[in-house]
Amino acid sequence: MNISLELNGRPATWDVEPGEALLDALRRHGVLSVKRGCDTASCGTCTVLLDGAPVPSCAVPAPRADGRAVITVEGLPDEAARLGACLAAEGADQCGFCAPGLVVAVVAMSRELEDPDEAAINHYLAGNLCRCGGYVSQTRAIRRYLQEAR
Amino acid sequence: MPAPPDRRHVGAPLPRLDAWGKVTGATTFLSDEPRSDAWLGAAVRSPLPHARLVSVSKTAAFPPQAVLLTAADLPCANLVAMVREDLPLLAADEVRFATQPVALVAAPDRETLKAALAAVAVELEELPAVLDLDAALRGEGPVWGADNVVAEYRIDRGDPDAAFASAVTVVEGTYSTGYQEHMYLEPQGVVATPRPDGGVEILGSLQCPYYIHNALKRALGLDGDRVVVRQSPTGGAFGGKEDYPSILALQAAVLALRCGQPVSMIYERREDVACTTKRHPSRTRYRSAFDGEGRLLAVDIDLVLDAGAFTTLSPVVLSRGVLHVAGPYRVPHARIRGRTVATHTPPNGAFRGFGVPKAAFACERQMDRAARRLGLDPAELRRRNLVRDGDTFVFGQTLRPGMAAADLVLERVLDRSGYEQRRREARAFNAGGGPLRRGVGVTLTMHGGGFTGDGEDRIKGKVAVRLDPDGLVTLLVSSVEMGQGAATVLPQIAAEALGLPVGRIRFHQPDTSAVPDSGPTVASRTTMVVGRILVAACRQLADKARAFAGDKAADPLLAAGHAGLTATAVYESDPDIDWDQSTMHGDAYQGWSWAAAVAEVEVDVDTMEVRPVRLTHVVEIGCAVNPVLCVGQVEGGALQGLAWGHLEEMKLKDGRYWNDRMSTYIIPTSLDAPDFDVELAELPSPRGPFGAKGLGELPLNAGAPALAAAVEDALDIEVFEAPVTPEILLARWREVSR
Ligand code: FES
Ligand code: FES
Repeated sequence: MNISLELNGRPATWDVEPGEALLDALRRHGVLSVKRGCDTASCGTCTVLLDGAPVPSCAVPAPRADGRAVITVEGLPDEAARLGACLAAEGADQCGFCAPGLVVAVVAMSRELEDPDEAAINHYLAGNLCRCGGYVSQTRAIRRYLQEAR
Repeated sequence: MPAPPDRRHVGAPLPRLDAWGKVTGATTFLSDEPRSDAWLGAAVRSPLPHARLVSVSKTAAFPPQAVLLTAADLPCANLVAMVREDLPLLAADEVRFATQPVALVAAPDRETLKAALAAVAVELEELPAVLDLDAALRGEGPVWGADNVVAEYRIDRGDPDAAFASAVTVVEGTYSTGYQEHMYLEPQGVVATPRPDGGVEILGSLQCPYYIHNALKRALGLDGDRVVVRQSPTGGAFGGKEDYPSILALQAAVLALRCGQPVSMIYERREDVACTTKRHPSRTRYRSAFDGEGRLLAVDIDLVLDAGAFTTLSPVVLSRGVLHVAGPYRVPHARIRGRTVATHTPPNGAFRGFGVPKAAFACERQMDRAARRLGLDPAELRRRNLVRDGDTFVFGQTLRPGMAAADLVLERVLDRSGYEQRRREARAFNAGGGPLRRGVGVTLTMHGGGFTGDGEDRIKGKVAVRLDPDGLVTLLVSSVEMGQGAATVLPQIAAEALGLPVGRIRFHQPDTSAVPDSGPTVASRTTMVVGRILVAACRQLADKARAFAGDKAADPLLAAGHAGLTATAVYESDPDIDWDQSTMHGDAYQGWSWAAAVAEVEVDVDTMEVRPVRLTHVVEIGCAVNPVLCVGQVEGGALQGLAWGHLEEMKLKDGRYWNDRMSTYIIPTSLDAPDFDVELAELPSPRGPFGAKGLGELPLNAGAPALAAAVEDALDIEVFEAPVTPEILLARWREVSR
């Protein structure tokens, strides 16, 4: 079936299968930043913004994106570069497999919460797993990013 | 020893060089890019842990274009070469663990693959399975060899019987640790492509390109040039991509050679968790003899690891465990026996820390139990017994001047965490009643960097450096970047050795057709051992460039750029190392790293939920080549250790992993992490580059024992197991309050 969506600010028309996950449809259409860590909505590496809300794209049927706006890290290059610099400066970025999903989730958080403290950040990002780090440097990096962004 | 003042790159908190690509999504991992040219491969697996394999056959529905390979059809030797050659690629007559592959299937697309897998008939005749350690120790089955003992090591020192007889206090305890799943966020995967010369090329998420190279050469009977192994960007590994990729790569390779097509085998999470290796479960019986002052006289230890059904790396995991199980303590008399025994369960493998986390857990729990019995503070008991320069470990290694830092890290962590005051505060808090209890625990551990004994001499790691026309120097090593920072730290070491900015160094993606065998990316050896060889190669290259460009050249490495210069260096050990592999006696490790941690936890006595609140961790690693990356390693490793101590529980049901999903095997989220306070201490080692020793595995060791000690302190009950689950705590709490 055909769906029309806005992908990273540009209109797109895709032919998708009824049972296909948005994650798979994105991959098929060359959006490669979105990672597949679990396929059970447990890890957050596939996080995208659907009409501004962070969702695990592995758990969203592709047809549901019809008429809506999808944003991935490819659509957030400035945010990714600035948050990435903070993560790297704090040593929070290791293998990097979690990073694109994390960037998307942090951008959503920064739009939703005003000046979140550490507890609020940890709560908001509890669905974005990282197996390499200890989260503490990551939270520090995110605070730094939010301060710089203000 | 203060660091030389003129160092510019080593010691700099440089942001990792590969961060940008990863954060922006520009770096693609193996599964990101759809490979329309590749067929898909999969294994047909046994659902039973032990069975006679009667037959594997195609039913009428098997799609004609798909390919089925059974053991009988293999065009090669049916083995995956590791420590021994006992692991078949496919079960031939007997299945020895659930999920063991009995056949391989390849098909051009997903639908055909699914249809093909559904159309394979496997006939099995169930046989009794040996699933627990005690049955294995009794020799039931046997699963492996004559008595299930896959490997056994002993260490004997002095006269332990006499020492026990003269002891004022004897303490006994039995400690057990469970499986641990790596749960790297990028699942395992390889793509195998047939080469025109009859060989095969592997691209995969992996730690040890040359392990796979060797396994493919051995099984396929190919010469080295016709096997090429390349690493794709790797999303975490933690030991899980040390041994298993050899199996996966060989499966994909035989399918690719059979179909004449590239074959992709990329696991989904569930298959990854259900089928790949785990940390070995362990059980340790520990007896310790003390004199009237709380000084250790002797230990008598029996350490057992569950190997699973085949050898894989278990003997090596065990020997490291045996060498660490008496801990960073002075022990004049010892009897240590370590065994790894086979069960009809999936083979266990490498996991960050290798044998040490289990050994450290038993040793540190035993020290805490002893402290209670002796009426001493746990920190004080450790202080009285820790090794110092000049002391000799139970296996005969004497610590030379500057090698021991157990006292340094212990005193630093006690001071930094405010240990005594925090303990007093916890007592006062707990006296107030209420459902929450607080506890504070300390632990002291160590880790030997690099391969055990003469292992590095046997591997003889090789490194090459090449001067390119643009004046950049390319590092040719087989050590992979998997998140730990090798692609940043090795360039920093090279920059320092060459006197160049880090921007003039290139890190070559590991590829066996382009880089020499520097050894595997394991055993906390990359910085210390490969870095050391790299320094030697860089110095040679600088000499060659100076000889070419003349002494007057301001930048000889730029001036000589067009000369096509390369330099190669091979590992050479220092001449004063003494090791006897047959008796496991002598200088077991060239560089010891040390760690002490203080954990603070809060336990809710209604639910027995344990919340780590704070972990103060002091690690001594010789030289922090990149302090920012070091802290990242310490935090991440410690969290894996803490979680193994209370959160991560892998259950086995009928010989299969029961909770084989990310939603059922719980790893820590941002809500489960404590506040980390890390201090990097540096006592430079003459064995490593610029004094550096191993770091990668060290921080995992302290997590579980520190947590257990803190839980014990909070609840005033004893903890003997990792993970210590709420169920265990509730049962023990009820026992005590009754
Ligand atoms: S892949 Fe979607 S949440 Fe893990
Ligand atoms: S950096 Fe590896 S999972 Fe987060």
